[in-house]
Amino acid sequence: MSPAPSGSERSHRAWAETLHAEWTKLRTLASTGWLMAGAVALTVTVSAAAVAAAAVAPGLDPAKLSLTGIQAGQAVVAILAVLAISNEYSTGMIRVTLAAMPRRHTLLAAKAALVGGLALAAGAVAVLASVLAGRLILPGRGFTLANGYQLLSLGNGPDLRAACGSVLYLALIALLSLGVATAVRDSAVATGTVLALLYLFPIVAAVVSNQHWQRHLEQIGPMTAGLYIQATVGVRALPLTPWQGLGVLALWAAGALILGGLVLRFRDA
Amino acid sequence: MTTFTRYRSPVQDGRDGFPQLLHAEWTKFRTVRGWIIGMIVAILVTAGIGVFLVAASGNVSCANESSTGSGQVRHGAAACGEPALLLGPGGEPVTDSFYFVRQPLAGNGSITVRVTSLTDPLPSANGSRQEGDSQPGLVSWSKAGIIIKQDLMQGSAYAAMMVTAGNGVRMQWNYTGDRPGLSGAVAAASPRWLRLTRDGDTITGYDSADGAHWTQVGAVQLAGLPSAVQAGLFATSPQFIEMSTSFGSGTISHSNTEATAVFDHVSRSGAWPASTWTGGAEGTAPGGAAPGGYHQAGGQFTVTGSGDIAPAIPGPGNSGVGHQPIGFFLAGTVAGLIAVLVVATMFMTAEYRRGLIRTTLAVSPRRGRVLAAKAIVIGAAAFVTGLAAAACTVIVATEMAHVHGYSMFPVPWPTELRLIAGTAALVAVAAAFTLAVGTMVRRSAAAVMTAIVTIVVPFFLAFTAAVPAFAGEWLLRITPAAAFALQQSTPQYPQVQASYTPGLGDGFFPLAPWAGFAVLCGWAALALAAAACLLRRRDA
Repeated sequence: MSPAPSGSERSHRAWAETLHAEWTKLRTLASTGWLMAGAVALTVTVSAAAVAAAAVAPGLDPAKLSLTGIQAGQAVVAILAVLAISNEYSTGMIRVTLAAMPRRHTLLAAKAALVGGLALAAGAVAVLASVLAGRLILPGRGFTLANGYQLLSLGNGPDLRAACGSVLYLALIALLSLGVATAVRDSAVATGTVLALLYLFPIVAAVVSNQHWQRHLEQIGPMTAGLYIQATVGVRALPLTPWQGLGVLALWAAGALILGGLVLRFRDA
Repeated sequence: MTTFTRYRSPVQDGRDGFPQLLHAEWTKFRTVRGWIIGMIVAILVTAGIGVFLVAASGNVSCANESSTGSGQVRHGAAACGEPALLLGPGGEPVTDSFYFVRQPLAGNGSITVRVTSLTDPLPSANGSRQEGDSQPGLVSWSKAGIIIKQDLMQGSAYAAMMVTAGNGVRMQWNYTGDRPGLSGAVAAASPRWLRLTRDGDTITGYDSADGAHWTQVGAVQLAGLPSAVQAGLFATSPQFIEMSTSFGSGTISHSNTEATAVFDHVSRSGAWPASTWTGGAEGTAPGGAAPGGYHQAGGQFTVTGSGDIAPAIPGPGNSGVGHQPIGFFLAGTVAGLIAVLVVATMFMTAEYRRGLIRTTLAVSPRRGRVLAAKAIVIGAAAFVTGLAAAACTVIVATEMAHVHGYSMFPVPWPTELRLIAGTAALVAVAAAFTLAVGTMVRRSAAAVMTAIVTIVVPFFLAFTAAVPAFAGEWLLRITPAAAFALQQSTPQYPQVQASYTPGLGDGFFPLAPWAGFAVLCGWAALALAAAACLLRRRDA
């Protein structure tokens, strides 16, 4: 007779099983693969188009420029994360899921881990391809040593920070989206909310004429602050340091996940 | 024997005309509380952002001027403390600064000059360009010539004949008027003769290459011109704007330029009471430019001036800096639009999710008509929402600006009307487009994302200068986001060099307002046609 498993062992096994179950759900959805491919394709296309249209100008940041596509590709990553939970609500699957896994926080944590992991994977591919595109195309657009630009290289500290930071950025966007979707449940509303949160701050910041407010909007916007991580030129002039900026996005993601967790815990599915 | 009477329902048969279908779809729309809330949220968010923008604009502080976000230089040094708006005779904001060598003209008369040279080197303090450097088009609108001006008040009526550095001879009047004359640059070998004749309110401009054969360039009426006016020689040259954009930030650098023109064969006829010329800089030259001057030797005048006589252009890089037109305060439209797009998507995808589509199609088997009815209902609802949002924003923002003492860049009322109606039309057609996308992909999240990625993201990329200006302009030509051109408040003047980009808060679009709207309509028509086709072909 085997000894009864201890409390911590039980919870460890429950975690592993939840993770496995959630992974099976995500893995077997056709949309997951398509969305990941779409995120990579959109990111790389926009990045390549941006570098191909670039012209040398003072203050232009080649690393940032070659990662422009993140700003479009993040929309697809957000959908991937939104669907991970809102699909369950739209099909009624959530009731089965919660019956099988009554620990709701564990469920959300498992989803967060998987969605974040998928975003990291898609982000790594997209960022590598974007940096490669920048490395290949930019010298032809005049970004040469003669004009004071080094070749984009992941061996270069700031460039590496921009690239790795962009991958982390996508993972945090996925977590933010998962949190929002858990809170509002409906996929269309969640998608609209997340994308409005992302794109509204920079648009309003672009028109507000008051420098003070502009700075504040950029500091608190999840996208504007998070993308400070891509800066390699004029880093000192930024309202926040790159890692602080990513920290602001992490706070947004944490806030959304906590809100989602509370709604999941206290509201009937 | 039993007789059977077939049962007939006492209820009359419902008719299945298109009005009934519309009514049914309208009932579906208005009875879902969440959708109505979504539309109200759209109005509130749009107006709320407008209110925030006015509140934030009211107190431009000079302290933060130099330390700007993302390395941005948004305002020139002259921008500090919001220069007052100068209005021209038509009520439009103008810039009016030049060097004027003048005499009063008391009644009718004419003035004729020959221009032999126009050069526009940057002042030597700025080392980026040297004298004689002939980069074409740098300040192609530096100008010099003769002018008849109502008085020495800035913004008063005028008519002028001038040579320009890159645009040949022009006749310009009252800031916005511009008509081309002889083409080609002026040089000692190819001088230009200019003449202005005043007859009452009418001023006629002539040009000539040889002083013998004259061509009339234009005749303009300056209503209410007093008997005594100021007339003479002028020279002015606008700031050279160099702009670079990258990823949410941009740099605008202004360099002052000076135009120096050489005149001779100055002749006058008519009522000129004075005998000597008076030189003076009119208006304030842009940030730190030298006021200019003139030098007379024999019959030859050398006049140097800096500034511009032209309509003011809003935007941080331009002459109307610090005053934003009402269109800027509609920036919240994007947020309202997202809310409307979510509702428009669900108006279709909810049918699939709940299986209601099967009932809908059983009741009305002509599927194209179902789609048309849905498009009309959601389009109308979105139009009303957009109209309410834009009207509220314009009214509240104008009122608040008034209360806060913030002077907006004025726009004529037809433009204001176009901004409101255009915003409503933009939201309506975008909603129909989204409905079509929803019909095609059937899934809420995918449909909302597709709509936002095609409408909002291109606008975002161009508007925040996230992509280079060139790419941004193409995005605003070919994607559905082109329709945001409806929100451009002020026209682009070909005779004014300015930063006319969509990004950096300038608010200019590459397409004309209704042309941009036509692009969105084209996309919507295409999407609706594809959706109708798929709806017929596929099982529900």
